[in-house]
Amino acid sequence: MNDLLKREHDIIKVCLLAGKIMLQSGAETYRVEDTMMRIAAAYGVENSHSYMTPTGIIFSVEEPQHITRLIRISDRTTNLYKIDQVNSVSRRVSIGELTIEEARTALEKIEHEPAIYPTWLLILLSAVASGCFLIMFRGIWPDFIPAAIAGGLGFSCFVFMHRVIPVRFFAEFSGALLIGIASVWMVRYGFGHQLDMIIISSVMPLVPGLLITNAIRDLMAGHLISGLSKGAEAFVTSFAIGAGIAFTLSF
Amino acid sequence: MAAFYIQQLITSFIASAAFGMMFNAPKKALLQCGFAGMVGWLLYIMLQDMMVQPVTATVVAAFCVTMISHFFAKKYKTPIIVFSVSGIIPLVPGGVAYNALRHVAQNQFDQAVQLGAQAFMISGAIALGLLLSEVINQVIRKWSISRSISR
Repeated sequence: MNDLLKREHDIIKVCLLAGKIMLQSGAETYRVEDTMMRIAAAYGVENSHSYMTPTGIIFSVEEPQHITRLIRISDRTTNLYKIDQVNSVSRRVSIGELTIEEARTALEKIEHEPAIYPTWLLILLSAVASGCFLIMFRGIWPDFIPAAIAGGLGFSCFVFMHRVIPVRFFAEFSGALLIGIASVWMVRYGFGHQLDMIIISSVMPLVPGLLITNAIRDLMAGHLISGLSKGAEAFVTSFAIGAGIAFTLSF
Repeated sequence: MAAFYIQQLITSFIASAAFGMMFNAPKKALLQCGFAGMVGWLLYIMLQDMMVQPVTATVVAAFCVTMISHFFAKKYKTPIIVFSVSGIIPLVPGGVAYNALRHVAQNQFDQAVQLGAQAFMISGAIALGLLLSEVINQVIRKWSISRSISR
């Protein structure tokens, strides 16, 4: 009996770890629930229930003894690589390739894996993406570099502020504010030409695209609370960006 | 005209792939991210040039991006979100929302409300495109399962 209980606890730990990594990396709620229940089922626990909101997971198993555990999610980022990795671990678990212990070490390795792209590369990419967006929005080529500079500055300000002050709203606000100020200055001194275009395209790296798509998918899948709260998060982010831009424009 | 479309193709590919990298997408998926974004944006631009309403164009583009992502997700056994996110990003109504805000900052609230409603409609259009593709995908899945059972 004791062995069975220990095994049950281990299964729950593996499921919760998988769920935690996925939710922290920005996966859709239904995928997280699906993964956790699949792992549990692969280890022979048929009756498992999970309930989650973007800030926490409750996972409960009925047999052989009723055990319920809660895990709190405090920080959420976007990391598609980790979602993919956990997905492949759960795939291997469900075809019986991994034991409980092996799955746990694999998941722990994924959890502590560093970001695959360094920060300077992300800043460079946001600059390039801003420039490309300018062309996509029918801007003119001479504005490519001003948009890239504004986008890169805004994104690096966002990254830096988020490290110093862990309030997402403020980081996004200051990023947008810097974009606004930089664009206005560049246009004033004749370096850029179309102010509106430069601002719109350099704000794009801060736009909460993942949150919006996830909120919609969650709402459609019937996860009403997750969908609504992710929508609220997206709204707060858009509001922060909008406030930063409106603040510069009002001068 | 051809030069314009080639510019759009290249920039939308680079922008979508760059967004994939900013979301930490696995390296093997970057080309597919760029491709999904490129096709979606090309459709959107072409429909706009045909004087189709932005809302309709967004529905069609979002639908296609999600269908392509479903295909890639099945082919490479990767979660669909990896491909769809970076393709959806260019369709987000950043420009309209910005114009709405600019009118708010200038105290012209009547125009701000109009533009805000338009931005809201376009966000709804993205949702509708996602929803339609999801429904069609589930129908296809059910159909192929029932066909394999009846064999």
